[in-house]
Amino acid sequence: MLDGSEGEGVALAMRIVTGLARVRGAEELVEVTGAHIDSCLYHGRAGLDFAEKLVELGARVRIPTTLNVGSLDLIHPGTVRADEEHPDLLTAGRALMDAYVAMGARATFTCAPYQVDARPGLGEHVAWAESNAIVFANSVLGARTDRYGDFLDICAAITGRAPRAGFHLDEARRAAFVIDVSAVAPHRWDDSAWYAVLGHLLGGLAGQRVGAIVGLPSSTNEDDLKALGAAAASGGGVGLFHAVGVTPEAPTLEAVVAQEDPEVHVFVDADLVAARRGLCTADGSRIDAISLGTPHASLTEIKALAEEVERTATVVADGVTAYVSTGRGVLALADAADLVEPLKAAGFTFVVDTCTYLVPILPEGTRVVMTNSGKWAHYAPGNLGIDVVLGSLVECVAAAGAGRVALDV
Amino acid sequence: MSELAAVALTRGEGRGPVVRLAEPVSFWGGVDLHGTIVDHFHPDVGTSLTGCVLVMSGGRGSSSASSVLAELIRTGKGPVAIVLEEGDAILALGAMVADELYGIVMPVVESGRLGDRLMTGDMVTVVSDIINGRASITL
Repeated sequence: MLDGSEGEGVALAMRIVTGLARVRGAEELVEVTGAHIDSCLYHGRAGLDFAEKLVELGARVRIPTTLNVGSLDLIHPGTVRADEEHPDLLTAGRALMDAYVAMGARATFTCAPYQVDARPGLGEHVAWAESNAIVFANSVLGARTDRYGDFLDICAAITGRAPRAGFHLDEARRAAFVIDVSAVAPHRWDDSAWYAVLGHLLGGLAGQRVGAIVGLPSSTNEDDLKALGAAAASGGGVGLFHAVGVTPEAPTLEAVVAQEDPEVHVFVDADLVAARRGLCTADGSRIDAISLGTPHASLTEIKALAEEVERTATVVADGVTAYVSTGRGVLALADAADLVEPLKAAGFTFVVDTCTYLVPILPEGTRVVMTNSGKWAHYAPGNLGIDVVLGSLVECVAAAGAGRVALDV
Repeated sequence: MSELAAVALTRGEGRGPVVRLAEPVSFWGGVDLHGTIVDHFHPDVGTSLTGCVLVMSGGRGSSSASSVLAELIRTGKGPVAIVLEEGDAILALGAMVADELYGIVMPVVESGRLGDRLMTGDMVTVVSDIINGRASITL
């Protein structure tokens, strides 16, 4: 492929793949059977130049390829405003999304492709980008992807190759330390926000290491693990974690630890409560907005939201905006299940293809936002210049209705 | 003058004042398009990385850092070199793509613990050769 016999686009892609192999010290490449691409989100001219160069050179993906969020909500035009940092966001952002679709990637535009049909199996080698998707593929599905980023993702999709390194290898997947949460009160695990808090703690401890968590209940579901992984990946360099008795590679602790006597960190309720407080940058009780669905809300999460709104007869208060971000595929399913119209009638706004902390969607003048996502809480203050409160779904819905927040500890 | 040996991850030469960070920064979400650290949780928040030799222990955070770095290189707002105690593929890729698209080279090198000798303000030259895999950091 490097010699240009498959075209200049493939040759460029292969130079990037082999360049990465050199950096990773990999002597071989591995064949990957699926790709998930993050390069379709606009960060400036360089990313668009890269995609358009590949299109111009005739490059096409050769494996099933999904796309992560873009800069625009193509289903609800006008959702995203242009901003000072990227005055060309709406045009260049659109051009970038189009370029990736032109190369044959599916227009999924979601950070949770695993919620539709991109679900590689146990041990399957793939090339996935985007930190929460990487953690989910490795941890929850037991597939094998390294922490791929922009540029490499499309090059892996074009060549069907990635360096045989990192999480593609057995030895990199073993846990270097253990987190024990057996002493945490069981009721905490009823809401995924506490899984996000745990993820934030895991990320802080892990750096780029693999941790194994013991003591999570068997009721832990994919939405919980999604929240945990996303927070861990944004708080640190986590690409894989194990939850003993829950995730597929960890039926027992012994199956996943790298050595006989691993370091063990015990967390109790007080640790989780303190960590949650640490993720809240707002003081006072006023809120201007709530934002749910980071990573993109699943069908079960939208259903849980609809049920909570109905149970409490909540209507979003005047002066408050309430967003739910999800994938267009899940939105279609939610609509078919009659979940969308009642939520819109209650004042909720759906966002697809993109996310509320990445691009200007929240109204100007928004100062304090409540979320149930550890990932959103981590990135939004820096990205948007706002303050954040992290709470459970029940607390977020109550806050949307009242315009004020009161947290149950 | 002293010279530290390092491993070459991307090619090129860069000279500038060291900015040594207390902990790694994620270029995506943590550094704005002016090259300034904006991560509220980062101890060095507010520091400009433009024109510096960035020294940190490793990479961090979102895989979108490659795009942000490539864009900073394109506009001249990024570091002139990056020295990592432990190499990071995400940063190396950003530099590789800027090289492919624009011919602008920005060396990314792996120094191991030798990087501890570099202090903020030191004027250094980083030279990185990916053919032989060797790089040097000269104070």
